[in-house]
Formats: sequence, C-alpha cells, structure tokens
Amino acid sequence: MSGFRKEPLVCIRGLSKQYVQRRPLTSAKFTIRAVENVDLTIQRGGTLALVGESGAGKSTVVRCLSLIERPTAGEIWFDGVDVLKLRGKKLLPLRRQIQIIFQDPTSALNPGMTAGEIIAEPLVIQGEGTKSERRHRALELMEQTGLPAKWESKLPLEFSGGQRQRLAIARALALQPRLLILDEALSGLDLANQEMILRLLADLQAMHSLTYVHVSHDLRMVSDLADEVAVMYEGRVVEQKRTAELFAHPEHPYTQDLLDAMPSLESICEERSA
Amino acid sequence: MRYLTRRVLNAMLLLAAISAFSFALLQSAPGNFFDAMRLNPRVSAQTVDGLRSKYGMNQPFPVRYGHWAFSVLKGDMGFSFSYNSPVGPLLWARARNTLLLTSIATLLAWLLAIPLGIWSAANKGRWGDRACGFSTSALLTIPDLLVFLILLLLAVRTGWFPTGGMISTGFDNFSFWSKCKDVAVHFALPAVGLAVVTWPVLVRHIRSAMVEALESPFIRAARGHGIPRTRLLFRYALPAASNPLISLLGFSVATMLSASVIVEVIMSWPGLGPLMVQAILSRDVYVVVAVVMLSSVFLVAGNLLADVLLFVSDPRIRVE
Amino acid sequence: MDNLLQVRDLTVQYHTANQRPHSAVDGISFDVASGEVLGLMGESGSGKSSLALALLGLLPTASTQVSGSVLFRGQELLARPERALQQIRGAAVSLVFQEPGISLSPMMRAGEQIAEVIHAHRRWNWRQCRTEAEQMLARVGLTPTARIFAAYPHQLSGGQRQRVVLAQALACEPALLIADEPTASLDARSQADFIALLRSLKEQARISILLISHTPEIQASLADRLLVMKDGRIVEEGDFDELYRNPSDAYTRLMLRRSKRARNSRLYGEPVFAEEQLAR
Repeated sequence: MSGFRKEPLVCIRGLSKQYVQRRPLTSAKFTIRAVENVDLTIQRGGTLALVGESGAGKSTVVRCLSLIERPTAGEIWFDGVDVLKLRGKKLLPLRRQIQIIFQDPTSALNPGMTAGEIIAEPLVIQGEGTKSERRHRALELMEQTGLPAKWESKLPLEFSGGQRQRLAIARALALQPRLLILDEALSGLDLANQEMILRLLADLQAMHSLTYVHVSHDLRMVSDLADEVAVMYEGRVVEQKRTAELFAHPEHPYTQDLLDAMPSLESICEERSA
Repeated sequence: MRYLTRRVLNAMLLLAAISAFSFALLQSAPGNFFDAMRLNPRVSAQTVDGLRSKYGMNQPFPVRYGHWAFSVLKGDMGFSFSYNSPVGPLLWARARNTLLLTSIATLLAWLLAIPLGIWSAANKGRWGDRACGFSTSALLTIPDLLVFLILLLLAVRTGWFPTGGMISTGFDNFSFWSKCKDVAVHFALPAVGLAVVTWPVLVRHIRSAMVEALESPFIRAARGHGIPRTRLLFRYALPAASNPLISLLGFSVATMLSASVIVEVIMSWPGLGPLMVQAILSRDVYVVVAVVMLSSVFLVAGNLLADVLLFVSDPRIRVE
Repeated sequence: MDNLLQVRDLTVQYHTANQRPHSAVDGISFDVASGEVLGLMGESGSGKSSLALALLGLLPTASTQVSGSVLFRGQELLARPERALQQIRGAAVSLVFQEPGISLSPMMRAGEQIAEVIHAHRRWNWRQCRTEAEQMLARVGLTPTARIFAAYPHQLSGGQRQRVVLAQALACEPALLIADEPTASLDARSQADFIALLRSLKEQARISILLISHTPEIQASLADRLLVMKDGRIVEEGDFDELYRNPSDAYTRLMLRRSKRARNSRLYGEPVFAEEQLAR
C-alpha cells in the first residue's frame, strides 16, 4: 500500500541456480536447472506473492534470497547493498533483516525447547541483550502474535498447528527484520487458522512496516493479500504484475492456465445451479 | 564401471596408508623380536646381531618399509621369525580356517536373527516381543569370554564335543565324509558361541528397522487397500527396512576376520586370531602387518559390498 | 433409496497414558446414499480423518476405542474381525489418503502396487492382475501406461502419484470411495484435473464418495450434500446449494466469506473464534 514510489527493497537480476548431482556408483553427472535468469522486484512495505506449481523454483529463489544458499549466477540487491559480494561476518547484520517462515511449523521448531526459549533463540545467536531482556522481548512478541504469556514454558507439541505457526512468526520477528518470507506458510493450515494468521500478518505488517514475500501454489489464497504477483514456471518468472492486473489481463499462457484451473467459489456455485 | 575402479584405487591408497601406519606403530613399540632372543643366555650377542643384519633389521625405517612394500607387490609378504617360514602360506592357511568359522557363524546368526526380528516387530508390545527383548538384553550383558568359557565347560563335562582344535588325530586317513564330520564337530561350539554373541545386536537392529518401516504411512495405506498381513510384512515393510540392514551386512562381512579372535584363542581354533596375538607379543613384524592388511582388505570389501547391494536393492538410489 | 452407508453415534476416543481420554469423534450420525457425493468439511482437529479411519477399522486398537454403529449394505463393520475387514477394504469400500507421496511404497513400481491390490481381492494369477492394473492406469488418465506402470513413485509427479493411488482404490470397483483431503498436496492444475476425474467417476460409474476436504471450492465442485464438523461433532448438515445460500453456523459462513471478500482488502472484521485453547 505504501512505498511504491520509493526504491524497491529487493532487486533480483538474472538469478540462476543449478544443482549438479552424480549418479551413485557411476561417474555420470547431471545438472538440474532449478532457477534460470529470474528477475524480481519487491517494493518496500508491500507484499509480493510468488506462485507456481511444485518444482517451479519458488523455494530455490527464496532460499537464495534468504541467504541459505548461494546462486550460481545473478545479483541480489537488498536495500542498495549487493548481497552476494558479502561474506562471513559482514553477512551477519543482513541475516537479521531477512527472515523466513516455513510450511511445517512442527519441523521448524525445536521440540525440546520451550516457547520462550524458541523465540529468544535468535537473540541468543546474535548475542543480544541480557537473559532478562531477552525474556522480556520474548513475552512481548508472544503478546504481539496472539499467544498467551503463560504459555511461555510450554513445549511446541502442546500447541496446535496454527499456534505453532504463530510461534514461528514470533521467533522470526525477534530480530526486527525488514523482510519476512513465508514459504507456503499457510498451506498446512485449515481455513479458520489461515484466516487468523492472515489477519495477524496484516496487523504485524502495519505495526512494523514489514515487507512480505508469500510463496504459494494457491493463487486463490494470495490474491486477497498481495500487491504484486510473480508467476513462476519451470525455473523462470513468466509474469510479474499488480494483482488486479494479473487477474484481469493475464498475458502468459501458463498464467491463463493457472487462472482457469482455479475458478472462484462463486463461479462454481453458479455452474451448479445451471 | 569407472566409479568402481575409482573406489578400488581409493581402497588401494587406503591400504598403503594403513600398512605404513602399522609398520610405523610397530617400529615405535618397545621391544624387538631379537631383543627377546638376547635375554636367552645361550644365544650370544654376536648371533643376535648377525640375525638382525640378515633380516635387515638394522636398516632405517623408510628403507625397510620400501623393501617390504616392493616385495608385497611381487607377492612376497615377508618372513615370519617365530614360525621360521614365509608369511604368505602361513597366512592363507590360517585365514581360510578363520573364514570357515566366521562365515558359518555369521550365517547362523543372520538366519536366526531375521525371522526373530521380523516376528518381534510384527508383534510389538506383546509378550513375544517383550520376551525376545529381555533375552537379547540378557545375552548382551554376558561378556563374550564367559559365553565361550561356558561352551568350553560344556564340551569338557559332556564329552560330546572336542575341546579345541580343528581336526582330530589321524585326520589324513579319514574318508571325505568323515573329514567333513570331523571338522564340523570341531567348529560346532566355536561357531555357536560366535553366533550367540553377535545375534542379539542383529535382532535389535532388524526389529527397529522393521518397526520403523511398519509405522510408515504407506503401510497404513496398503492396509487400507486390504493387503493381507503377511504380504504387508514381507513385500512392503521388509524391503523398506532393508537399507540399514544392508549396511549391517556389510559390517558383518567387514569384521569377518577380526570378530573371532577371542573364540579362536580360547578354543584353540587354528585361525588368524592366535597367530595375530602371538605375533604381536613376539614382535613378529611382518606377520602382524600382513594380518592387519588382510583385515583391512576385508573391511574395504565389506563396505563396497554394502554400497553395491544398496544400489541394487533401493530404487530411490538406483533410478532417477 | 437404500442407504449404502449408515453411521449412528460413532465415537472415537484416544487413550494416551497420563492424560484424559480424548474424543476425536463424538456421537456422529449420517448416511451416504448410493451414487451420492457427501462432503465433509471441518478444520484440522475436528476429527475428519479419525472418522475416515474408524469407518474401516484402521485405527490402532491398543490406543483407541471406537463405539457406535457403522452399517455398510446393512452389515455392521465395527468390531468385525480383521480378516473380514480386509476383504472389504479396497474392494467394497476404498480409502484415498491425503499425501500420495507417502501412500505408496518407495520400493515397488507403481503398476505393481495396483496389481497387489487386485491380487489381494480377486482370485486371478499375477499376469491378469498386471494387465488389469495397466487398464486401471488408462482409466485414471495416466498414459503412456507402460511407462507409468514401470515407474517408481519417486519418478512420478505429485499429480501422477495421486492418480496411481486412485487407481488402487478403484481397481476392485468399490461401491464407496472415502477421499481424505485428496488434493491437499497438489498444485492448482493437478487439483483441477483430479477433481474433473472424480466428477467423471461420479457421473459414469455411479460411485458414492465421502469427500473430506476443508477447501470449499472442492466441495462446491463435487458435493451433493455437505456435513460440517467441529470438535468431533456435526454442526451443520444439508444440501450444498442450500447451505451456500443460507449458512447458519459460523464456520460455514467463514467458508463463504472467502468468495465474497473484496480483493486486496487485508483487514477483516469481527473475530470468528474468540478463544484459543491448547491443543491437548
């Protein structure tokens, strides 16, 4: 909603990532081109939806963006900084600014740590604050994400799926990031939980001026909350447009296919009565 | 194929490194075969020195190692001082006996462990499984040595089995079948002892691999399709459980030469075990190194076998 | 019309050590008629999957207690011996699970797994089973059949795997198909294809389907009637079209707001579920 006139927060140019694998017991190698020549722009304070089917390369793009992996080629500019030129210690301040929430909160949370410990962990890793300061911050985050403070000493297995995702979000916010990547973060939740988390994310975005990247294979779900949508197919970005534009005037045949495959509830119900 | 040749070459390099390492270790260990001789008052110092230079023991280490490596490549494994014979033939005879014993024991252990492990996993939590778990735990806590001593005691008290050795006197005069029976009756107790000692670990691994496979979602899905229980166990669960078991099999093969040391010494089975122990105690350098090398070859071969078997049996690895 | 499936007061209780028994399904009753698609909607934790498993006796007997009555073609299914249930599963009543990737054995070829199901129920030799399996692949639209037959699950895409599972479920021509979130892990196009496949099944083969899905678009595409579950109980029941026009329950209303919500508005109105409780 804001910041469209300012410089984009993230600029990705020509991103490529290849994986070389070897067949076991032979010396034959084969290359998987996960992502090829991807250009993406993410506006400050906005929400970009990255959609495409499984295997399209969305998760690879996101892993490169969140600095989990290094791309084979291309540039990533974050707030005017050429990210790929940084190494080692210099990367650390940047890592705070980009956080990622994964699809399965159960496997993303350490089952042996309490909720409070999980949220405070990033602070521990970055060496911030005293123990009581961290605890205070963890409780603050729990409140912001709608988790009762008295659950601080509970283990993740005592939380429901939606609550675990809130815990993951609270942890991601601990270091006050600028960019939050949600990699299919809502796909494992049912409707009611999805609604609640979406509402929470909207509130948090307003509160902290966050920029979101939603990765999803469900175009329906992201259509309500994204400013821009980028469609990926077989490792390339085939289209990036403002959401309304994309739905009204899809250009690429794959996008048209995608939209055809997901009729709205209204149109389905209309067809029924026909 | 290229991959296999590369593995073999790596293995050779590894063996070379092992040989150098064991040579060096022996060199730095205190004592020397000839030092022991010197303690004997009837042997003069001059004889000892003479023997030492004859066997090249007074040359610097790299030279000795170089000589040895070279002759191994030609097929000559060195000379044993205690046995006063070339190492090669001595080693093969003993190794053959050890392999006879361990292969029978391994076969026995696996043949017992597989059905029991599967049955235990299939009946998890019920009395059969618990009884099995209890007995394997009990067996694990008994030291190997004790098991063998008990068997030895059995042999002594009942006289049904010989108390040691591989063959009886007058072996050469036996008919073929009598020869077989004679050897069999001699390896019965050591093989059983060895099997009893390795079996509990196998059962536990098989059981846990099967339990994990049985808890997989695809088993529940197959059950939902009406697949009968025995088929579920053998055609669905067992193949999925085979990965860790194949690695275990590789390990069994790899330790074939070394697992039987204790039993061979106690029951006087003429295998590599007693040879190795004796050679170490008397600093019989070339024998020790040769035995280490042979064991290493088996280790590497065992691992390679496991890799090949995994490749063959698991489509996830084999096919992309 | 005779009801194919009649469920009365079905209750499923989970017993875990140190905790109170937890009722996943609490006194549910419903019917499925021949040739109809009954949709079952509900959030996670509402007991939908437990219900599906309980109908076929697939819950672990040690830790769960199932009570009530499940009549299939007039015969009681609960507490039938395992042998009898085995003959019904996959033959008269089939189950399709959510994640196809893990519903297939990774060590067996896709076609073989279909042949296994056929062999378990028909007295045919293996060659006949394999031929029939290949025909099933064609029926679910997986071509070229020979290549798919010989492929291992990890060589197939998610959509293809789900069709293989469907082929397994349909191989022995069941009267009732229970589909538990069948398209949850599929991408949009595979989802659309799968729904179309189910729809053609419904129209041509007159199979009854118990469709469990929390996605309203899927229910709208297939269901004749709808049951809405919450916390193990049925909170709403009726014809799909009527519920769409006049929902009375909060959850059903939630489902509709998805379609009537304005694009690009991100803040929503009044809270739907006021209190949150711990999962256990």
